[in-house]
Amino acid sequence: MRGWQTLFYKEVLRFWKVSFQTVAAPVLTAVLYLLVFGHVLEGRVLVYDRISYTAFLIPGLVMMSVLQNAFANSSSSIVQSKIMGSMVFILLTPLSHWAWFTAYVGSSVLRGLLVGLGVFIVTLFFAVPEFAAPVWILVFVVLGAALLGTLGVIAGLWADKFDQMAAFQNFLIMPMTFLSGVFYSIQSLPPFWQTVSHLNPFFYMIDGFRYGFFGQSDVSPWVSLAIVGGAWLAVSALAVHLLRTGYKIRH
Amino acid sequence: MPAVSFQSISKTYRTPKGVFRALNDVSLDIEEGEFFGLLGPNGAGKTTMISILAGLARADSGKVLVQGSDVQADYAQARRKLGIVPQELVFDPFFNVREALRFQSGYFGVRNNDAWIDELLHSLGLTDKADANMRQLSGGMKRRVLVAQALVHKPPIIVLDEPTAGVDVELRQTLWHFIAKLNKQGHTVLLTTHYLEEAEALCSRVAMLKQGEVVKLSSMSDLLKSASANVLQFKTNSPLPEHLRTAARVTGRIVQMPAHDAGDIERYLSALREAGVVIEDMEIRRADLEDVFLNVMGEARGQVKAQATAQSGSVA
Repeated sequence: MRGWQTLFYKEVLRFWKVSFQTVAAPVLTAVLYLLVFGHVLEGRVLVYDRISYTAFLIPGLVMMSVLQNAFANSSSSIVQSKIMGSMVFILLTPLSHWAWFTAYVGSSVLRGLLVGLGVFIVTLFFAVPEFAAPVWILVFVVLGAALLGTLGVIAGLWADKFDQMAAFQNFLIMPMTFLSGVFYSIQSLPPFWQTVSHLNPFFYMIDGFRYGFFGQSDVSPWVSLAIVGGAWLAVSALAVHLLRTGYKIRH
Repeated sequence: MPAVSFQSISKTYRTPKGVFRALNDVSLDIEEGEFFGLLGPNGAGKTTMISILAGLARADSGKVLVQGSDVQADYAQARRKLGIVPQELVFDPFFNVREALRFQSGYFGVRNNDAWIDELLHSLGLTDKADANMRQLSGGMKRRVLVAQALVHKPPIIVLDEPTAGVDVELRQTLWHFIAKLNKQGHTVLLTTHYLEEAEALCSRVAMLKQGEVVKLSSMSDLLKSASANVLQFKTNSPLPEHLRTAARVTGRIVQMPAHDAGDIERYLSALREAGVVIEDMEIRRADLEDVFLNVMGEARGQVKAQATAQSGSVA
């Protein structure tokens, strides 16, 4: 194994050893959302005039779980090893900033996809969505996980304490995910809030992802791809820069 | 080519209390195969030097070469040659000892390293802990794992930053035996320590650091020779006369006084008698590294202070 592969493997093993907490728990949370919202709204709301609310909700819930777990993985790993001091073992090695980036983002994508797959499999018992354009499904799930995994790297490097990390997660990541159209189609919103939603990059991930299932979305998947891809490149450039300069990890 | 070459290293930290100059134009070469000691009180800059060498911190100016490789420009090469045992007792709670060593080996791109890992575990008395989680190990055991992690990629240069702080006597012995063996096999060893007897027993050459400057750089034997040859040591309950107090080192009831010759000792004893000081357990012993160390630090005090005020007055 090359150096970065070892770090990637270590990062995967790190979450896998506590998979009850890192994979099973988020799957359960997502299923609870589906049970509650599905029960309340099923039969009352039809999205795009033809899709049952539960079926509509599934891709959103899958994506939300993917995004939150991809973020949680890199951010908690980095902030924890910083605070515990065990990051020194990686700092002392010849691993380049690219190796760090690939390993941390890669393992976060993997955890995001595992949780997403778990959520998806369980929700199939409640409703089976369509698969209009599977390639878009894959493109958006991987890109979304990568974007949040990369944001997690930045947040992990920036945070000095666990409560700063929690603030980042609760005041930025959570609202942006919740308000991105996971639980609703933004076409149901008043025009002002539609415009606001269009400024949220998370909206495009979920919208593009949903297009892959229903062949229908609020904006064109190509627009979503451009915005999500562009956002990922920008965030990656920042993350690689921070790793290269040793932001808050090398004095 | 020196194993490690510090060239005009300066480093300043910005702290909430102000600017702290940790290292001030330090230059130092450590030759291949040396057992080199870096001594100094807390805050002298020892750990800052190690951090810059290890790439954990960047120098503001100057450079550090490891067998010719710059620790910044050519960091991958430099780090492959270094095995660093950090001062803090850190560990990754997710893994057991063998996993930690395999990962560390993998980060350096060393594959199929199990034979060497087994040898390390054996040499450090860790064989029966190989499958124990890091969390379950005692402090001393964790320290041994840190040493094993530093050596897993077979580095030619071993750096130990206060490795025996808070370690029991038995482990200290095991550890020194092992490191001394590696040194005999040709590894260069750089050690920082508080335990002066340790440095005296092991190091062939030492640098003494104070307030970010090298105040003494010498071979151990020259250093010991340079010290005032003897020390008069005794115990007493009475206060010392004024003129003796400046020269004496007092630790509780124990008083130690540097003496160049028999005349010094006679003068001390008569002064004590005149002052009516009752002494017990008197002995005259040869000066050791601790005496030299305190002497050098005392001399350096005036010197460094004068320079600091001359520079900017900003030294915290």
